[in-house]
Amino acid sequence: MSDLEKKSIDPATIKMIQKAAVDGCETIFDRAEAMKPCPIGAEGSCCKHCAMGPCRVPAPKKKEGVPQKKRMGLCGATAETIAARNFARMVAAGTAAHSDHARGIAEAFLATAKGEVPEFKIKDEQKLYQVAMDLDVEIGERSIREIAIDVGKKALEEFGRQHGEIPFVKRAPAKRQEIWRKLGIVPRGIDREVVELMHRTHMGVDQDYKSLLLSAARCALADGWGGSMISTDLQDIIFGNPVPVLGQINLGVLKKDEINVVVHGHEPLLPEVLVAVVNDPEIKKAALATGAKGINLVGMCCSANEILMRHGIPVAGNFLQQELAIVTGAVDAMVVDVQCEMQSLAQVAKCYHTKLITTSAKAKMEGAMHIEFDEHHAGAVAKKILMEAIGNYKNRKANVEIPDDKTDQVVGFSYETINYLLGGMFRASYRPLNDNIINGRIRGIAGVVGCNNARVTHDDPNLTLIKELIKNDVIVLVTGCAAMTCGKAGLLTPEAAKLYAGEGLASVCEAVGIPPVLHMGACVDNSRILMAATAVVKAGGLGDDISDLPAAGAALEWMSEKAVAIGHYFVASGVYTIFGTTWPTTGSEEVTKHLFEEFENIVKGRWGFEADPLKAAKLIIDEIDRKRKALGIDKARERVLFDMAKRREIDAA
Amino acid sequence: MSKIIASAAIRGAHKIVERAEKKYQEALEKWGPEQEVGFPDTAYYLPVIYAILGIPVKKMSDMKPVLDRCRALLPLPVREKSALPYLAPALDAGMATFFAEEVIEAIRYLEDPNFYTKQEDILPDNLWLGAANDVIFRKRGVEFVDGTAPGFAAIVGAAPTPEIAKKIATELQEKNLYVFMCAEHEGKRFSEQLVEAGVQIGWPTRLVSYGPDITAAVFAMGFACRVAMAFGGIKPGDFRKNLNYNKDRTFAFVMPMGFVTDEWYANAAGAINWGFPTIADTPIPEVLPTGICTYEHVVSNIPHDQLVQKAVEVRGLKVNVASVPIPLSYGPAFEGERVRGEDIHLECGGGRTHAVELVVSKRMDEVEDGKIEVIGPDVDQIQPPGQLPIAIRVEVTGRKMQEDFEPILERQIHHLINYAQGIMHIGQRDIAWIRVSKSAVAKGFKLADLGKILHAKLHQDFGAIFDKAQVMIYTEPKAVEEVLAQARAIYGKRDARIEGMTDETTDTYYSCTLCQSFAPSHVCVVSPERTGLCGAYNWMDCKAAFEINPTGPNQPIPKGDILDPKLGQWKGTNDFVMTASRQKISQVSLYSMMVDPMTTCGCCECIAAVLPMCNGVMTVNRDFMGMTPCGMKFTTLAGSAGGGAVTPGFLGHSKYNIAQRKWLSGDGGLLRLVWLPKMLKDELKDRLQKRCEEIGIPNFIDMIADETIGTTEDEILPFLEEKKHPALTMASILE
Repeated sequence: MSDLEKKSIDPATIKMIQKAAVDGCETIFDRAEAMKPCPIGAEGSCCKHCAMGPCRVPAPKKKEGVPQKKRMGLCGATAETIAARNFARMVAAGTAAHSDHARGIAEAFLATAKGEVPEFKIKDEQKLYQVAMDLDVEIGERSIREIAIDVGKKALEEFGRQHGEIPFVKRAPAKRQEIWRKLGIVPRGIDREVVELMHRTHMGVDQDYKSLLLSAARCALADGWGGSMISTDLQDIIFGNPVPVLGQINLGVLKKDEINVVVHGHEPLLPEVLVAVVNDPEIKKAALATGAKGINLVGMCCSANEILMRHGIPVAGNFLQQELAIVTGAVDAMVVDVQCEMQSLAQVAKCYHTKLITTSAKAKMEGAMHIEFDEHHAGAVAKKILMEAIGNYKNRKANVEIPDDKTDQVVGFSYETINYLLGGMFRASYRPLNDNIINGRIRGIAGVVGCNNARVTHDDPNLTLIKELIKNDVIVLVTGCAAMTCGKAGLLTPEAAKLYAGEGLASVCEAVGIPPVLHMGACVDNSRILMAATAVVKAGGLGDDISDLPAAGAALEWMSEKAVAIGHYFVASGVYTIFGTTWPTTGSEEVTKHLFEEFENIVKGRWGFEADPLKAAKLIIDEIDRKRKALGIDKARERVLFDMAKRREIDAA
Repeated sequence: MSKIIASAAIRGAHKIVERAEKKYQEALEKWGPEQEVGFPDTAYYLPVIYAILGIPVKKMSDMKPVLDRCRALLPLPVREKSALPYLAPALDAGMATFFAEEVIEAIRYLEDPNFYTKQEDILPDNLWLGAANDVIFRKRGVEFVDGTAPGFAAIVGAAPTPEIAKKIATELQEKNLYVFMCAEHEGKRFSEQLVEAGVQIGWPTRLVSYGPDITAAVFAMGFACRVAMAFGGIKPGDFRKNLNYNKDRTFAFVMPMGFVTDEWYANAAGAINWGFPTIADTPIPEVLPTGICTYEHVVSNIPHDQLVQKAVEVRGLKVNVASVPIPLSYGPAFEGERVRGEDIHLECGGGRTHAVELVVSKRMDEVEDGKIEVIGPDVDQIQPPGQLPIAIRVEVTGRKMQEDFEPILERQIHHLINYAQGIMHIGQRDIAWIRVSKSAVAKGFKLADLGKILHAKLHQDFGAIFDKAQVMIYTEPKAVEEVLAQARAIYGKRDARIEGMTDETTDTYYSCTLCQSFAPSHVCVVSPERTGLCGAYNWMDCKAAFEINPTGPNQPIPKGDILDPKLGQWKGTNDFVMTASRQKISQVSLYSMMVDPMTTCGCCECIAAVLPMCNGVMTVNRDFMGMTPCGMKFTTLAGSAGGGAVTPGFLGHSKYNIAQRKWLSGDGGLLRLVWLPKMLKDELKDRLQKRCEEIGIPNFIDMIADETIGTTEDEILPFLEEKKHPALTMASILE
């Protein structure tokens, strides 16, 4: 394996790493070589929660016959407390990120409902009704506007709610709710759980690692069944619930003779307006006047996922390709909002002509131009941004080189859409999925999600894992940057079923016309996976809780705190979840053991760590087989033939 | 759905919808928007559209929104590379296909009113039956409900030869399935092939030649939709329930024979919505994963000699095939087959000779199981068409045999003999009538085979109540006379005993939940004076059925404390109904149609309805197609009272029940009866007359109006007043 091949398995990425080197532009791939991760921080053994520290309590090398000394910080906080606190703070930060995103959406939603945002409207009335019911908003004979305003208000109230339960927990299987209630970890309000977790992890507060990890679960649930879910649902209502759509992915979607605008980040508000405004005649005219053939709007990271899922807008790439898009020399403007935007973008942009434009009041960057987005002036802001890009086209330098790599991908699998796809308008249900899991054509379900991480070969762990899973008839649900990895590798096409999937899974894919890997959206849309899992439970025959399902989750290339929050809400929802690359609590064996083993007895879900993707695949498949055995579906079933007496036993439809 | 199938189905759906749109435009121009449209004599309009969309298409302009729905449902063609998911779009396209086909066929009825025979049988110059009217539908639908027909095969196209067609049809008939046929393959049609091979087709033999085109496939789907609405109580427009009901209960499948065109694919894809899979004789792609159908969705390239077996297995159907050691095909599907003049080899009874049937119980040592004796000339000793007197005496014995079970076994003789292909049986007791066809004799049939049938089938169905049976068949005039005299004496004794039985003389009633396979919340409570509403099960039948199958649909109900003697409510019956109806019904009156009336599965022979103006009730039988004074025809009445719903003011009951003492006794009894169809009046005449004398008004029959007097309350009221009908002076029926 050459050095380049260690960096990425994606040919477009390799080409642009080479180009960056030629252009003398430093990227994350260079820095990853130059700087190693801090070994003490990596294992969660560094406490800097007070000014008596930072205290370092690294795990000592084990020596035979020498008794272990109890490690502690100045205040006496044990290595266990320190590791658990660090872990919990990651959960809090991740939850805060998703939920603050959701708050922004809720505000925009309410403004839209009130008619204050002409660019947005209530697009999916069915979903509005569903969400209204789940939020206990009266429907009756009321108008869409009235219902939507109440939904917006109710959603916003969830963030500041102090008591009771966040309403979406009622969507979970009854048995799951019971587990949460028994443990006392049903979130009260979204912000409250984040604040409380920050408090608990302050110097000298909660110093019992078990208590810390359980309250982290409560906070994470406020993300998965709270902030993230609100965000997904409200976005679906105003931008449309995704349905299958064809798109393309990888740097090859950039066009040499068009003005390339890359939208990068996470919130779909501005991208949605850009999608609409890009066809504005005035903008078109201005673009053509520069000699370009038009404007090419493309996405990056989860902003890309949002507009890909809903409009089929091309995707330039995932997290580790953000600098490389600029390296093509063809990006006239890169528009960013929040989360996962590397500060190095400003530096890379300087090597070329690219205008880096920050748009969120929450996220400014030194060296970038700031055009603040406000949904009340959405159209005007979008136009201004596009005009900046148009004006910048003439500044392109000679060193433009766009790799020709791009791949078709079929995306848009919201859980409601999957329901439709499995039976059509008249027989929509998850029944066929359950049936084929029960009969063994599909062995189980895996959610593979999460980021890129420059400490491992870009795209390799996730892709290797996913290929191994589908080869073993495990259908894979993907979101975020992991989804893009699959897109680039061609796994998101129906043709992939024949090429990569096992015979059973392939036959189901061929029957339904779906890829063996289903793209369910941005990282905030992991809530869709929770809902899909719940739908499978409710369709029957596979137990009565998410933890009964032959299913597991993984994020082998995780890097952000959001990933930890996501992982923790999956575990707390009953899913065995494996992370790769590195594990943040290795500094304490007890904490790690608690998460990896004892959590199973508490929430019926547990964490795992495995950096080797093939070994991770085996762990997932073993878990699936274990669940299949528990359900009694590990052996072939006999065909039941019905006579009249048997038909009489069927309950009324 | 494989991509090839989905692509073809979507193309086919486009073609059929376009055809429907064109037809509609032409028809609209010709007849205008107000023109009435529909299938003949049905309360279900265009049944697929009605069942799925809830739209009653009554006039031309009603078709427009349906066609708009078709358009909205039609998906884009499937892309070759990186296709979007196609299963759901193909299923939707299939549904649009059926809507469009109903439009096409409805316009055909308008354009060419005699294109279809519109009856049960084919005509000499017309094979095509078209949509079943509600009388046919109900009669045949009941067979689905009671289990005599487990489902249907929808055959599209044609077999390679008429012989293969006949073989497949016979095999399906032997599995008790209906065969619905349409469309052509290379200029041939399955129905025509059967006729060519000398097979009797039409509703009576379950070989239904719906129409010559693929669009006639929709009649089969309409039949299934109507079963769900009529017997399952599923509301029009509740598509999900209707489709799931059919998936779970109607065991139907599609059997395309020959090249599968885009239009065929569209129909097959549509049928998958109902859970009806496709089993093909050509090598089309297969769809094996399960989910929408119970098992596989498309199975293909099946050799003709395995086709039926495979189809039944794929659909998940268990058929208990009768094995009877005779040289003829055997099963309920042959019950409706006729033996006509030129085909008669032997005829017994029918007014020409004596024919009598009798079942008697004997002592254990008097019966040699399986012994069959024919005394007198057999079929090979007569010149066709010949006539002989006949007496069939079945002698049974067993520890659980009771004298009361004799008439029950005896009543089986009719259908058991009639099930044999080429043998026709009508009537019972001393008015039996048997015809043996030349084709049956050619296959080697002998009179002893009648004995073999009875011995084998009675053992199969009633083996639990007797141990041994022997059959004596006499064609010797003198011996027949002797049996006849013996039989008549026994009939008289039996009748007297049955007449003496009342609800008060027994502590145990019986339930009948046979129909729960189709009407899941319906429970019949059968008492000596309230025969089952289908007319097929009286108290004694239920008692015997319980002996035969102690865990079956007929269970004893201890009456328990009486709660209301007038309405006929007992604690025991209420408790039982509560449980057996799956908590849907808490109390039921045996004697009232006004307070807690019993539900009906939809199989009822008659439906009674209150006529408020006349202060009385009317009742109408299933075979009467005309209007009634309550403003509804039978089929509309059945639509509102069927499917296991409690509907005060309406009651399903048997014909026989009308002349039983307890009929509506809680509401005033027979004296309330102000109207019934003439045909029913005539049929019940003798028993009604007896009952009229019992209630002290010998001329009461003459006070009851019928359709010759009027079919509205306004029309019959003056008649009732003139006749001084007692109902007019009774307490108000509505209180």
